[in-house]
Amino acid sequence: MEKIPILRMGEFLLVTIQVDMHDRLAMTLQDDLTNRISHTGAKGVLIDISSLEIVDSFIGRMLGNIAAMSRVLDAQTVVVGMQPAVAITLVELGMSLEGVRTALNVEAGMELLRNTVNSQEEIRYGSHFD
Amino acid sequence: MAVISTDTLPVITEADIVTVRRCVRESAAKLGFSLVDQTKVVTAASELARNTLIHGRGGQMELAALNGPRAGIRLVFEDKGPGIPDIDLALRDGFTTGSGLGLGLGGAKRLVNEFEVRSRVGEGTKVTAIRWK
Amino acid sequence: MATTLNHRASNLGSIISQHRDAILTGWMRDMTGSTRRSDLMKDAELQAQCSHFLGLLAQATSETTNTQSSAYDPLRDMLTEASRTRATQGFSARETATFIFSIKQPLFTAIRETLGKDSSTMADEMWSTTEIIDALGLYTAEAYIKAREQTIRRQQEEMLELSTPVVKLWEGILALPLIGTLDSARTQIVMESLLEAIVQMNSKVAIIDITGVPTVDTVVAQHLLKTVTAARLMGADCIISGVRPQIAQTIVHLGINLLDITTKATLSDAFSVALQRSGFKFIRSQKKESAE
Repeated sequence: MEKIPILRMGEFLLVTIQVDMHDRLAMTLQDDLTNRISHTGAKGVLIDISSLEIVDSFIGRMLGNIAAMSRVLDAQTVVVGMQPAVAITLVELGMSLEGVRTALNVEAGMELLRNTVNSQEEIRYGSHFD
Repeated sequence: MAVISTDTLPVITEADIVTVRRCVRESAAKLGFSLVDQTKVVTAASELARNTLIHGRGGQMELAALNGPRAGIRLVFEDKGPGIPDIDLALRDGFTTGSGLGLGLGGAKRLVNEFEVRSRVGEGTKVTAIRWK
Repeated sequence: MATTLNHRASNLGSIISQHRDAILTGWMRDMTGSTRRSDLMKDAELQAQCSHFLGLLAQATSETTNTQSSAYDPLRDMLTEASRTRATQGFSARETATFIFSIKQPLFTAIRETLGKDSSTMADEMWSTTEIIDALGLYTAEAYIKAREQTIRRQQEEMLELSTPVVKLWEGILALPLIGTLDSARTQIVMESLLEAIVQMNSKVAIIDITGVPTVDTVVAQHLLKTVTAARLMGADCIISGVRPQIAQTIVHLGINLLDITTKATLSDAFSVALQRSGFKFIRSQKKESAE
């Protein structure tokens, strides 16, 4: 069965969704990602949906779940590249994707992840430098 | 208003939901729907197909291309499942609460122009949705 | 309501073939006057169309008198095309339909010449011809109307697009100055233009300026909200500027919750905030006064 590849980029993981996923593939991705975050100790996950032409409530929930589960594993999730038609439709559907951070593209998403992770580390280790 | 063509697709497996999306997309594109409108009707079809599969325990979709003063797409999802006891309740958003148990009917309704649900407990459900160009 | 004749192959096909030139001449001649519009269409073009039509008519009628049958598809296709071109060229609906109806007289003349001796067959033939031409004439009128509606719709869309310009204020900062009343259709287009522009110009901040919007009611506010939410989903932030005191009152009055959307009174205030958010800082350079 096909799987969506998860790439490692430094301390972040990058997932590019390019196929119209059937539900089981989406669930598999959710599981795979959670496992990978846990195993690698990744601090951030970038999900590139710029090729996705349809995001329905199932995929929307999947993205929300990934963000929530990552957070529990101390990682940030950023979803990038949502197409305008998809954004308009999601709003009409009533899905707000609470808890999911977004950016325009991979570059912006990486920057966001780096800033977030850095500021978190400052909070964590800042007191060292009193 | 005339029906130009109809297609009936089974909605019995998860893969069928993907097929439904593809066919509705093709049909909408052929009729010249704008990209946004295509996305809306395909997403609605996806929601309703999943409904038919999961709550209706499988059924079918009839896809019709319409021609009138404007072009349109009509989707009719039918199943012989348990039916919906309270349609009004079902139409109110169930999934935005994030429980994942919502029927997605309310959302789909907002994505189309005409929407009708007929259901009898123990007999089945029939959802008709039309998106005009 | 039964037809007076059973549908069958008619004699019209052979009659047309026999008298083709006469019919064509008679038809062209009958179209002089107000329906001819030689200013819009040259004789040669009209002649070609009429000739084409006659040929197709002969073909179809030799198969059946039933205009619903698929034997008449080529005729219908030709008429759809002819109507569409006439609509674009500026013919009126009446002129377009008369193009077809005016063929009756020359056809009747030809029928009389061929079947004159047998008055009952001649009468039948004239009646079935009338039905056929009437059906085709109506079809032509409908095709014309549809073509016009399409043109009007297209022109409306183009006008809407022109009236929603998106401006790039700075690297990564867009402005959308809205002017006039926002109805549902217009707001959809506006929304889509802005979101497309955000992707194309890679803008993290979009300023929606409503200085030129006279009233903001619940509908407009909801549309604005949807636009902002959609932009956020894509990874961009919106600032709404041009919020006059009256509009602020209306918003509070109607209980509209603008959530955490930043609103500013002027576009320049909004621009300032946008620059800050994007990490830009402007420094005025000190120019030394020239000693001379």
